[in-house]
Amino acid sequence: MAKGLDAQARQGYALIAPPFLYALLILAAPLLTILTYSFLTDGYLEVVRDFTLANYVQVWTDPIVRTVMMRSLTVSALVTLVTVLLAFPVAYYVSFMVRPEKKATWLFLITIPFWTSYLIRVFLWKVILGYNGVINSSLTGLGIIDEPLTFILYNVNSIVITLAHAYAPFAILPIFVALEKIDRSLLEAGRDLGESRAMTFWRVTLPLAMPGVLAAVLIVFIPTIGDYVTPELIGGGKIPMIANLIQVQMLALDNRPLGSALAVTAMAIVALVSVVFLFINRRFLKVRL
Amino acid sequence: MRGQGRGLQVYAALYLLFLYAPIILLPLFAFNSGTIIAFPLQGFTTGWFAQMWANATLRTALTNSLIIAVSASILATCLGIFAARASTRFEFPGKGGMMGFILLPMVLPEIIVAMSLLVVLLGMGVQLSILTVIVGHTLICMPYAIAILTTAFSSLDKSLEEAAYDLGETRWSAFRLITLPLVMPGIISSLLISFTISLDEFIIAFFLAGNQPTLPTYIFSQLRFPKQIPMIMALGTALVALSIVLLALGEYFRRRGNARMGGNPTGGFL
Repeated sequence: MAKGLDAQARQGYALIAPPFLYALLILAAPLLTILTYSFLTDGYLEVVRDFTLANYVQVWTDPIVRTVMMRSLTVSALVTLVTVLLAFPVAYYVSFMVRPEKKATWLFLITIPFWTSYLIRVFLWKVILGYNGVINSSLTGLGIIDEPLTFILYNVNSIVITLAHAYAPFAILPIFVALEKIDRSLLEAGRDLGESRAMTFWRVTLPLAMPGVLAAVLIVFIPTIGDYVTPELIGGGKIPMIANLIQVQMLALDNRPLGSALAVTAMAIVALVSVVFLFINRRFLKVRL
Repeated sequence: MRGQGRGLQVYAALYLLFLYAPIILLPLFAFNSGTIIAFPLQGFTTGWFAQMWANATLRTALTNSLIIAVSASILATCLGIFAARASTRFEFPGKGGMMGFILLPMVLPEIIVAMSLLVVLLGMGVQLSILTVIVGHTLICMPYAIAILTTAFSSLDKSLEEAAYDLGETRWSAFRLITLPLVMPGIISSLLISFTISLDEFIIAFFLAGNQPTLPTYIFSQLRFPKQIPMIMALGTALVALSIVLLALGEYFRRRGNARMGGNPTGGFL
């Protein structure tokens, strides 16, 4: 038996080797490189091999970095909240109300917009939300408002709306999968034991769906922090997020150690927030049927 | 029950409207003769499509993007077949960790992937070209390919392969004659999805392509010029139409694959 396992393990390793080595070479090695760079000194046109913590000191004390980092975290948190809250009822509808043979079609419909040009979608949100945009011109045209609405103009709100749109399927799919796994007889049991519909949802459905909700939160939160395009196009470069700052340090200012320290710090903060979030919600992850 | 269902139904419909709002606007502006992207619409024109067709830079960008997308989707799917086969068929220590690491690019911010790869390539003195973009795109397409292929491989009946061994086939010929044809719909679906992702990917192409334009980087460079926007809207319309056709094909093959193996028809691309 032990020998059989060995042979199986060897075959497994042989098979997984090509994709694993590729990821090691193209992902892990570069990540380690920027981790190393972040502790080195910036010289003119090159990176000097002197160990230093100065980059991190600069990252943690610079008020601009702090503002941008806080903005990125706030925007990501808002986007996550909005996206997951808006997505949950849709996932619930598709899982519980749609007839089984129609479910695939609904999921297909939900995923289509996600696969169309990201840049053009972001740009069109600017068109929809802008000063002479679709919303403002139709509202003024209908005489509902006199002045264009300003709270959706080229600011953090418009970034949040745009990103909430971009990440919608990422939130719906994991929640849908979690809801699909729920044994429907548990809900009937809850009802039979005299719980109201709302209480059954609160005490049975929601806790069982939480692993999906947690996955949705992380899968939206982590990439949005690093979004480069939306602040660039919607904010016109005037409200940068952390990705824009990293790009400026790395390329425009050619300070790779500082840019690397920024990237590492951003990743560390994201990882920390994710771990803390999972820890707070750990009781939901123990739910197994 | 019915009242609650109706409320949710209305909400779901409104949500779909929110999801489709930009895509509905796209063709409106693409066929609008006005040069400013705003309402009210002017007349009907196909002039922007003609302008798009005659644009030489756009053609270069399209060629580059197609080369990148075809190469990256084939590479990602090949690597994905190895990973999916390993994870569905074999047990070995550290499997979860290794698979998690391979799937990491799915959640990692692209700017981090692009920047770290760029720093390394520049440090090694590698000339940036569409080749470097292919390398990056293969990395980020691989997790999606694996997700699709794992579904295809896991619904495979192991006893079919064992029957082939018993009938004297070697491991390789059994894989080629039995496994491969059964997972073929998954492979086609993975190729199409990877192709679509690569064709639309901006960040990695923006930083790793050097001075070679790809479709997204070309679009990005033109969005700054108001005069070019109607043509970009026409281009966007063409791209949306193409994506929908590719996705519908991918979905068709995925469902056919499921049906062939008696799986359930639900489940999305992710």
